[in-house]
Amino acid sequence: MKVIVPVKRVVDANVKVRVRPDNSGVDLNNVKMAINPFCEIAVEEAVRLKEKGVATEVVAVSVGATNCQEQLRTALALGADRAILVETDEAVQPLDIAKVLKAIQDKEQADLVIFGKQSIDDDNGQTGQMFAALAGIAQATYAAELTISDGKATVKREIDGGIQTIELNLPAAVTADLRLNEPRYASLPNIMKAKKKPMDKTSPAELGVEIKPRLSLVKVEPPAERQAGVIVDSVAELVDKLKNEAKVIPS
Amino acid sequence: MSVLVIADHDNSELQSATLNTVTAATQIGGDVSVLVAGSDCGGVAEAAAKIDGVSKVLVADNAAYANQLAENMALLIAEVGKDYSHILAAATTNGKNYSPRVAALLDVAQISEITGVVDADTFVRPIYAGNAMATVKSSDSIKVITVRGTGFDAAAQEGGSATVESLDSVHDAGLSSFVGAELVKSDRPELTSAKVVVSGGRGMGSGDNFKLLDGIADKLNAAIGASRAAVDAGFVPNDMQVGQTGKIVAPDLYIAIGISGAIQHLAGMKDSKVIVAINKDEEAPIFQVADYGLVADLFEAVPELDQAL
Ligand SMILES: Cc1cc2nc3c(=O)[nH]c(=O)nc-3n(C[C@H](O)[C@H](O)[C@H](O)COP(=O)(O)OP(=O)(O)OC[C@H]3O[C@@H](n4cnc5c(N)ncnc54)[C@H](O)[C@@H]3O)c2cc1C
Ligand SMILES: Nc1ncnc2c1ncn2[C@@H]1O[C@H](COP(=O)(O)O)[C@@H](O)[C@H]1O
Repeated sequence: MKVIVPVKRVVDANVKVRVRPDNSGVDLNNVKMAINPFCEIAVEEAVRLKEKGVATEVVAVSVGATNCQEQLRTALALGADRAILVETDEAVQPLDIAKVLKAIQDKEQADLVIFGKQSIDDDNGQTGQMFAALAGIAQATYAAELTISDGKATVKREIDGGIQTIELNLPAAVTADLRLNEPRYASLPNIMKAKKKPMDKTSPAELGVEIKPRLSLVKVEPPAERQAGVIVDSVAELVDKLKNEAKVIPS
Repeated sequence: MSVLVIADHDNSELQSATLNTVTAATQIGGDVSVLVAGSDCGGVAEAAAKIDGVSKVLVADNAAYANQLAENMALLIAEVGKDYSHILAAATTNGKNYSPRVAALLDVAQISEITGVVDADTFVRPIYAGNAMATVKSSDSIKVITVRGTGFDAAAQEGGSATVESLDSVHDAGLSSFVGAELVKSDRPELTSAKVVVSGGRGMGSGDNFKLLDGIADKLNAAIGASRAAVDAGFVPNDMQVGQTGKIVAPDLYIAIGISGAIQHLAGMKDSKVIVAINKDEEAPIFQVADYGLVADLFEAVPELDQAL
């Protein structure tokens, strides 16, 4: 069974981004970049399926500029077997990413595609579902547990009210939530080995996908600032303030 | 212009987030219809027909929609929605599950978790865990959107008298099936619509210690939330997680106890009206967003607060 894992290069989760003064976007100069944390969880899950003998090959795919190779190398160091960079300098939106991935899937014929549930830069949470729609296959978002048996995937999903279990025909698209697993750290020998693993390059045009952004960015602004508050000295003072100053609890 | 709002419900009750979505729909303008797809969901359709501002309710009552499976829902919504200018769903786990699928079927973009409507084509949405607000303009003929409840007031539950029409369209993709659900039962208000939220973090130390919050929550009629660290540690179930990748809340009062205030947590609660933080570390970043901070050991402060209320 072949597994594809789409991975995105994003600003590191620990960075607090700043909006550019001209409101054209956020400032990405000299900002630390990383593999999207949810994609890392997705890679880990695919690698575990391989270690269990369920998967035979794990292919990491990224759509973006040349430097996305860094994140693909991370995926390879975590245990993916090979990588594909779909190179483009354009800012590609989820629908077109999904189309590119569908074109890759048409060639690769994977049985399972594991996405992250959300990219932590644009906070879209769309690409996995869009891909599943274009490919005409089943989807399970927010996966907290994934089991493959008898040609089906059983997925426990984190939903608003608790946990839901669904069963999917394969091929299927799954999107990884936080509790699916805890990704390993890449060991130094594995980082070295990753440098020798195959990395193919292609482009949206070669895959026959025309990039057509549907949304234009009008402006980006900083969020409303909160006024600095006060430190109270005691529980009694806190309760008094909540009752008489903020008036959020009945006095 | 005409807006189709997809109702979120469990076949017996309408989720309150749908009311906020209707408000976003009325801000866009035009006629507002609500699609209720489910099984034995007549009661939900009746409730939807009473929402102020809704002119038509479409009901697709069939076993295929009983569990809101994305494959079936998306086929139905794309079919019904192609005659509308906007398709809106609440940014709940249901809405976020099928909306991108609908958009792809219609070959349009999906706009996630809007918090503001500028005009019929232009919307505001948070990016980077709410550290930036993006205004985006769509060039698509149909806009598929999920709506963040905290960005819009709830529409009135009464006052409307929409017509109710049933649809006989059945889409069963046969790709996935529902196996079961473990739903958390609670007598407390729902986290995303509660007026007061009391949240515990890793500092709570254990699941048992979360019981310390019960007294305060009882007295304030509050929902109980948690940080990711508390959920990951197994103190409480996942549906209590507040944050960038959990639930987004904006109550009148948010009390963060033993929570450090990582950006991903702040993303889920910093629009609360009044924020209280109780933390023993005076350097904890949560104090930078708190209106009232108390530097104290929670194991002393929480019982004391419970007494004082
Ligand atoms: C991709 C991604 C998504 C994430 N999504 C979310 C999300 O949705 N929601 C979320 O919350 N986090 C999320 N996180 C995690 C986030 O970065 C933090 O790790 C998490 O919020 C920390 O939780 P915490 O504040 O409970 O724990 P800690 O950071 O460990 O803080 C515990 C706090 O408790 C205090 N404390 C300890 N003992 C006591 C005591 N006895 N009395 C008083 N105070 C005490 C400490 O001083 C400390 O400040 C995400 C992270 C990533 C990478
Ligand atoms: N540029 C990209 N290249 C590869 N995969 C991507 C890309 N963008 C998004 N994805 C995948 O889609 C998931 C969800 O992203 P998003 O829909 O942007 O929130 C990510 O976690 C990735 O698995």
